[in-house]
Amino acid sequence: MRTTASRRALTLYLPLSLATILLLFPFYWMLITSLKTNRELIDLSGLPFWVFQPTLEHYQFLFAETGFLRWALNTLTISVAATAISLVCSIFAGYTLARLRFRGAAAIAGAIFVTYLVPQTLLFLPLLELVRQLGLGNTLWSMILTYPTILIPFGTWLLMGYFRRIPLELEESALIDGASRFRAMTQIVLPLAVPGILSAGIFAFTLSWNEFIYALVFTTSTNIKTIPVGVVTELVKGDVYFWGSLMAGALLGSVPVALIYSFFVEQYVGGLTAGAVKG
Amino acid sequence: MRAQTAGRPVTAGQIPTIGELLDRQGVLAYVLLLPALVILAVFIGYPFLSSLWLSVTDQSVSTSVARFVGLDNFADELGSQIFRQTVRNTLVYTGVTVVFKLGLGIALAVLMNQSFRLKNFARAALLLPWIVPTALSAIAWLWLFDATFSVFNWAIVHSGLADRGINWLGEGGWAMTAIIIANVWRGTPFFAITILAGLQTVERELLDAAAVDGASVWQRFWRITLPLVRPVLLIVLLFSIIWTISDFQLVYVITRGGPANSTHLFGTLAYDVAVRAGQLSEGAAISLYMFPVLIVCMVALLLYLRRSAT
Repeated sequence: MRTTASRRALTLYLPLSLATILLLFPFYWMLITSLKTNRELIDLSGLPFWVFQPTLEHYQFLFAETGFLRWALNTLTISVAATAISLVCSIFAGYTLARLRFRGAAAIAGAIFVTYLVPQTLLFLPLLELVRQLGLGNTLWSMILTYPTILIPFGTWLLMGYFRRIPLELEESALIDGASRFRAMTQIVLPLAVPGILSAGIFAFTLSWNEFIYALVFTTSTNIKTIPVGVVTELVKGDVYFWGSLMAGALLGSVPVALIYSFFVEQYVGGLTAGAVKG
Repeated sequence: MRAQTAGRPVTAGQIPTIGELLDRQGVLAYVLLLPALVILAVFIGYPFLSSLWLSVTDQSVSTSVARFVGLDNFADELGSQIFRQTVRNTLVYTGVTVVFKLGLGIALAVLMNQSFRLKNFARAALLLPWIVPTALSAIAWLWLFDATFSVFNWAIVHSGLADRGINWLGEGGWAMTAIIIANVWRGTPFFAITILAGLQTVERELLDAAAVDGASVWQRFWRITLPLVRPVLLIVLLFSIIWTISDFQLVYVITRGGPANSTHLFGTLAYDVAVRAGQLSEGAAISLYMFPVLIVCMVALLLYLRRSAT
């Protein structure tokens, strides 16, 4: 009995603890760096793994001297709007592709899947041109309208899977009772697909919150920036890095997605693995 | 068939009302698809076509009217030292990180597939690197690899391994190592969680039966588990290759492609050339060089998913 316990410690708990420490270490590092005084940050003689004189000065600086709160508001606005647009589009498209029979269904499903795989770095230049031509340069709309291209394909694909799993009979009996197809969809199918819609929504929100390259190239003024772009571009002045505030901003910018995710970890993992495990 | 599924069948000779039209599957389908298709066509389809056009012109921020130059931009890139360096960088970056992410992802998934206390906590914690904004976690890595204040260097010097720390972001090879470490850290959780979901579909009885027949742990893993999760591995691999080749954030924040272009990827080079130097056409051509590889991965994924769906 003793040997199996020690063997379990060696083959399970030891590697698992090691992995957890390695994966979480950068977050710990963000936290303690954000709490150190500038003097302690550049003190090479002391032990770097702990904060000996904790301070909130970097957080104060972030809120008082930078546009952080504005960036947070922008990020939230963009994420909510882009998520809402994407959810409506994905629900309609997902339902259609899962349930309706029509010409071109397979081709459209394939095309939407392909757009899911188109990386942002492939299209950011022509998109920047388009955004400028539409007069959307340096506005929140430039992101609200383009983020759905990242979100809709995934949402559609995910919801297609959910809709397919809802028994066809439920819908058919509503149709026979005289309900229109649109009513059958909104009143019978959608309520049953709530877990899937929640997954798609959480995913869309996190992806919008985390988006970087479009926000970087579409925006120039401080008060239009998102958190990732603002923190990366405005807390470095020439060669001077405001390390404490950089870490404070990075940490605060990560907290909302980490919180949402920790509340909905099941839906998140379910959504993440829905496509992959089906095969 | 239509009379059965559609609520009110439309009789011939009458002009159907909007409600009746919407009950026809062929009509309703396109109405419902319209919002998604419009957004994707305007913000993916059109930009893609215009990037093809952009890449065969000499458009820059200073030219008012672009001239058609054929494939000159693509040819120029092939002759450019920086571009060739970028291709090599991308191959190394993608090749090395994908191998590590796959290996570590499988190992982590196998660990997580056992039952132990705090499992839910562990699973939640392990995904964190993947879900937080990469541009922000990259800042932590930037500080971790700082020439003077790197904690890795602190450990190296204080443990007596070397007298001086590593100039992480100042030397090409080390800078590449740094972004590879950051990428593996960010991407391994995705591999682990997806492969874990695959492992959970492997039936316990199958492994137990093999164990009864005398198969060792390794034999069971190589002969039963791995072949059964191969479809999942393939999908995760293809996704990861696409994402890694087209990576931007980690490199932009940690090295900016430097030192001396030794860590540029297609995305960061295209950004430098087009956004910072204003050579739009050249940037578009650089981005488009990713396309052949991406299309191969896309087609493979599409065919594979379609085959497994039927």
